[in-house]
Amino acid sequence: MVSLREVCGIIIFRWVPLIVLLCVSARAVDRSNFKTCEQSAFCKRQRELKPGRSPYRALLDTLELSDSRITLQLINDNNKVRLLLELYRLQGNMTRVKINELKPLKPRYEVPDVLISDPITETLSVVSQDENSLVLSLGGKDQRLIVSAQPFRLDIVEGPQVLVSLNSRGLLAFEHLRARKDTSISHKISSTVGSMWDSLKKEEDKPGMWEETFKSHTDSKPNGPSSISLDFSLPGVEHVYGIPEHADTLKLKNTDGSDPYRLYNLDVFQYELHNPMALYGAVPVLISHSTDRTMGIFWLNAAETWVDISSNTAGKMMFGKILDFVQVSSEAPQTDVRWISESGIIDVFIMLGPKPADVFTQYASLTGTQSFPPLTALAYHQCRWNYNDQEDVKSVDQGFDEHDIPYDFIWLDIEHADGKRYFTWDPSKFPQPKEMLQGLMDKRRKLVAIVDPHIRVDNGYKIHNEILSKNFYVKNKDGGDYEGWCWPGNSGYPDFTNPEMRAWWASKFAYEQYEGSMENQYVWNDMNEPSVFNGPEVTMHKDALHGGWEHRDVHNLYGLYVQKATADGLVERSGGVERPFVLTRAFFAGSQRYGAVWTGDNAAEWGHLKISIPMCLSLGLAGISFCGADVGGFFKHPSAELLVRWYQAGAYQPFFRAHAHIDTPRREPWLFGPENTALIREAIRQRYALLPYWYQLFYNAHRTGYPVVRPLWVEYPNDVATFSIEDEYLIGKDLLVHPVTDEGATAVTAYLPGKGEVWYDVHTFQKHDGEQSLYIPVTMSSIPVFQRGGSIICRKDRVRRSSSCMENDPYTLYAALNSQGSAEGELYIDDFHTFNFEKAKQFVHRHLSFSANTLSSRNLAPDSQFSTASWIEKIVIIGGSQPSSATLKNAESALEFEFDSTLAVLTLRKPGVNAAADWTVILR
Amino acid sequence: MTCLHLLLTLVFAVSLGTPVEIQRPRGVPLTKKPFYEENKPFTCLDGSRTIPFDRVNDDYCDCKDGSDEPGTAACPNGSFHCTNAGYRPMFIPSSRINDGICDCCDTTDEYNSGAKCENTCKELGLKERDVLQKMAEITKEGFLLKQQLIEEAKKGREEKQGKVTDMQENKKQLEEKVEALRTVKETAEQPEKEAKERHLKAWEEQKAAIRLEKDKAKMAEAFLELDDNADGFVSVSELQSHAELDPDADGTLTETEVQGLMGGAAQVDTSTFESVWTNIKDKYHSESQPEEPAPVETPPEEVKEPVVDNDSEPFPEDDISEEEDEDEDDEDDYHEDDDKVLPTVKTPEKSHEDGEAMLPYDPDTQTLIDAAQKARDDFEDSEKALREMDDQIRNIEKELSFDFGPDAEFTYLYSQCYELTTSEYIYRLCPFNRVSQKPKYGGSETNLGTWGSWSGPENNKYLVMKYEHGTGCWQGPNRSTTVKLTCGKETVVTSTSEPSRCEYLMEFTTPAVCQEPANMDLLPHGHEEL
Repeated sequence: MVSLREVCGIIIFRWVPLIVLLCVSARAVDRSNFKTCEQSAFCKRQRELKPGRSPYRALLDTLELSDSRITLQLINDNNKVRLLLELYRLQGNMTRVKINELKPLKPRYEVPDVLISDPITETLSVVSQDENSLVLSLGGKDQRLIVSAQPFRLDIVEGPQVLVSLNSRGLLAFEHLRARKDTSISHKISSTVGSMWDSLKKEEDKPGMWEETFKSHTDSKPNGPSSISLDFSLPGVEHVYGIPEHADTLKLKNTDGSDPYRLYNLDVFQYELHNPMALYGAVPVLISHSTDRTMGIFWLNAAETWVDISSNTAGKMMFGKILDFVQVSSEAPQTDVRWISESGIIDVFIMLGPKPADVFTQYASLTGTQSFPPLTALAYHQCRWNYNDQEDVKSVDQGFDEHDIPYDFIWLDIEHADGKRYFTWDPSKFPQPKEMLQGLMDKRRKLVAIVDPHIRVDNGYKIHNEILSKNFYVKNKDGGDYEGWCWPGNSGYPDFTNPEMRAWWASKFAYEQYEGSMENQYVWNDMNEPSVFNGPEVTMHKDALHGGWEHRDVHNLYGLYVQKATADGLVERSGGVERPFVLTRAFFAGSQRYGAVWTGDNAAEWGHLKISIPMCLSLGLAGISFCGADVGGFFKHPSAELLVRWYQAGAYQPFFRAHAHIDTPRREPWLFGPENTALIREAIRQRYALLPYWYQLFYNAHRTGYPVVRPLWVEYPNDVATFSIEDEYLIGKDLLVHPVTDEGATAVTAYLPGKGEVWYDVHTFQKHDGEQSLYIPVTMSSIPVFQRGGSIICRKDRVRRSSSCMENDPYTLYAALNSQGSAEGELYIDDFHTFNFEKAKQFVHRHLSFSANTLSSRNLAPDSQFSTASWIEKIVIIGGSQPSSATLKNAESALEFEFDSTLAVLTLRKPGVNAAADWTVILR
Repeated sequence: MTCLHLLLTLVFAVSLGTPVEIQRPRGVPLTKKPFYEENKPFTCLDGSRTIPFDRVNDDYCDCKDGSDEPGTAACPNGSFHCTNAGYRPMFIPSSRINDGICDCCDTTDEYNSGAKCENTCKELGLKERDVLQKMAEITKEGFLLKQQLIEEAKKGREEKQGKVTDMQENKKQLEEKVEALRTVKETAEQPEKEAKERHLKAWEEQKAAIRLEKDKAKMAEAFLELDDNADGFVSVSELQSHAELDPDADGTLTETEVQGLMGGAAQVDTSTFESVWTNIKDKYHSESQPEEPAPVETPPEEVKEPVVDNDSEPFPEDDISEEEDEDEDDEDDYHEDDDKVLPTVKTPEKSHEDGEAMLPYDPDTQTLIDAAQKARDDFEDSEKALREMDDQIRNIEKELSFDFGPDAEFTYLYSQCYELTTSEYIYRLCPFNRVSQKPKYGGSETNLGTWGSWSGPENNKYLVMKYEHGTGCWQGPNRSTTVKLTCGKETVVTSTSEPSRCEYLMEFTTPAVCQEPANMDLLPHGHEEL
């Protein structure tokens, strides 16, 4: 939900005539509310620094080598300030580079709680050393880390190839902490630090170092300048991706001549498409890809961050020791990336791939994998700001049954709470929440109620009083409780960076604490950037205090902590049994561990439908798989055509929720005439039938960190034609989806990748060759989806009114054969909602394979055990030939079959074996 | 799965009041039983294929139309029939079989899901009969009320039509009367006008004579005053002592200037003073009068100032001129008032100039004026009566033009208003007029729409009223209200809601939508109760 509407509401008391103008002009994003790099003092200072010879020199004689790391001092020859460089070789082909001040005036912030554990290190050994360089072995096949002393730079090479260079453009810049001039402290410092201070004094203050004003907001900057920057060069790379969240193309653009991509969690009202402005979440992970190698750069910093990307040619910046190792063609393309953050330290993980899957594994080993959601969370969600009251909830619920449309979750936005006091219910609209929840439970359905992190300042509100008495609120620069405007009016912001506060917050979700809540109620955290309507850039003042740290240091982490504390609460309330489901709008690296995200307040426009694909793909590359966009568009009123197309697209995106702004007309699926109702019903049914596949992919994402939905290049890394594709994508590796996202479309052109591969239209079973652009005529009912030849996908074709109702239903196997006549796939089953799959190994994981006319199911996890009532009701083999007989080997019984010779589709009737059993079917 | 063999069920069917057990495959309605003959091949109901009978309800979908699996969830498009003995039989989609949710009150849809369903058909049946009976009673009574409403509306309509006819007749007469009175008025106004003009002319002449005399007296007085040495001549030096006469207003009255005023003569006698008086009378200050407080330039400015101000403030001027006009037209009527008001409001010159009011009209003129005024009053009264008559006719015609339903049964709602008070608002429905909402604890009323049209379903548009074009919403549409009408004995707003922003929904009961009770059997019972 957005801020401006309420901003209007607030201002309206004072300037009634003015507000009309303000609101009407706010049809699209008001860019002047948000900073450009030019308006962000540190970004401006840093960007003024142009590539050139770095003033930094590595002091090789300070080298310290231990089992786990190497440290070295760097000195800036201009101001003599020393930095400490730490180098780590991490298990799984990663290098960690940390740079901090050797002796900072006070500690600089190092991001906690994002890494799942201390990364496991491997021995770094010195291969050679001379007066100006140090060569370290990274193991692997000829991987070296070369430290050049003057000017300081780092190069990671493999054999004769440079993989990545750091500070090769001389943009390492570290604004050391300093005392404010003309203060008594500065004199003390000068006497203790001595000569170093003299050189410091020569440094001139630049505008915005000690105070910065944006619009009417002044940032007091008591610690002065503290920004950091470092450049990375990627020879041979033309394609870089990631660093969500931006409403922009999948392939990142060159930012020469425009603003850098900005990472700063903000509540942006009616965001615009195709620009580098910051949005609600930030994951500082960039993925580079070429036919040779896929790599990643993870810049672990939670402060405001800007990322510049430019194209270059390799070889320009090669000199010194590095030339002993590598051969560089000066013609080779190169991508340069520069990271700039406002505070903290440089702590960067270079994930060396080399394959896309390796990078995912590497990143997952650092920040964890996607949480494994309960199955129901993968089904369809019906949301609106707001379902008005219990009666409304009931009638919408009935509407779905009357129109025979499945759904699992109905959602309540902020109006459900009593005066926006979260954890409470409006007594007149929701007098009997348990009765309502029980009604949903009787239908095996669920509810999500919003709980936002801003807390109404109201001494009649228990939550507020407890936070106050426990002193859990974020503080303003003067030490008082920080207050800002949000939905409830004047609000406090709990300090979620405080683990005690988070534990308290989690305890508030206990059934006896959260009155009226039940086990089929889940939670949604909105506005957790945090959104502060009257704050700078609609967020918190950077000089607000979280314990000893400034908001400046922790900003991008706040949303992650909110979701974490909430998810912890849901786990705790069930005694650790149930998997939680929490949706968040703000996020950071590691947020994948706590639930789902959505792309915020989009609009009912075709462009927003289109951009939902690259936005979620970018998030997936950065570890967050459980992503979706508001189906139908949040703002404005979609046409029936747009709504239908959005359902069709949304049904094939990981998080599938329709949502609408309070000022838009109602848009439940049956309000657009029977034809459109039927189209929407069909789209949602396709989702439900495919839930076993989604579930299995999420299980794998949870285990491995592989994204659930993937850009084509992830699976076809050598096919350059796929590198910029963002209007279609893969679900897992076996389904290719090209949703219709154009108004009035009569056809789409889909690129089917893979030389020698075949693809089958999942609706018609028509076969198409890979590595071609396929022209596909479409009607309003078309959702172009293709199954890869060589795959077996399990579906549940008995679609019922909620996913829970389908738990014990039988599976149909769709085996699409490749040109060798074989196929394989997986089937994953558990209880669909508890942690028992992990704690007690209660699950079924089968490998299904078809080759040489034999289809069999093999146990992938022999030490697991789970019994399911589900069985195999049908097997559809696509692209094979007609057998004379089909035998289920276990029972030695013949299976009846049908063969459609025009499409080469063989249907085996009712094998009837249990889905957890070993079985084999032999065709002759 | 294992227990999903062909299941033949015992079904209770209510037929002629006697439960009979009829065997047929699960989920098959009695009417379709003949198609499911045991131990004979089954042909899909769409005729698409024939399968062995043991594949009916074997939990695998063989027929495209789903007809081979009436009792399982195997077919995506199948339907399951529950008999619901004691209640109403119904079909549910196959997907609701064994989904863990009790859909059929006889529990037959959940035979293998572990769901604990209780047979609630009897209860539901009783409840439904109870509700139906109550509904029937309401409908019956409502329908009777409706008949009365129709009757009343019919009568009312006839009455009103009669009234309109009568009124139109009266209107014609009134129109004639107005015309007659207009002639009378115009006839009486002509002599009145002439007499008034005569009177005014005489008065003007008289006024001029008086003014002349006064001037002469003033001149003589001034001569005496100026002739300081009383030699019967006013000399240059005698005149020079009156500094206020300075023509160039430079503060000194020179000899040359005085000579100019005196037409070049050194002195003048009473007869030649007349020409000098003409030159000086506007500025001359009598020595016997006290000196004006502001010398030289202030008096003309004081006069000018209001004139300048009038440019920027047109309204005061308008007011003044209007009053002046009135003075001229209605001198007689407002004479007394004028005397009180004029000294403070009006420009002083006019009233002080002469200090006398116009003489009253002579009796003959006054008679003519009185006669004309009476004719005017009579004419205006009749015109007003005609206008009122027109309004009345228009109102009744407007009312008659409304669509009050096929039998005008909604007529009684016209010009009525019905209120419903919720926790926050008072909602007000004035049928065929408007819907509004007013905060309970102060605040202004919001228009939720004015009468638009009947907009019920095609078969009965009189079940829904639509009110449109209410107060606009921020970034949204104008408010509108849909009013759903249901049969009730009383005419009441029973609920209001806002399902979508600024789109309101109101439920309203009225006997006017009660349909004739279908079940005549219930009528005698109803009578007994009555």
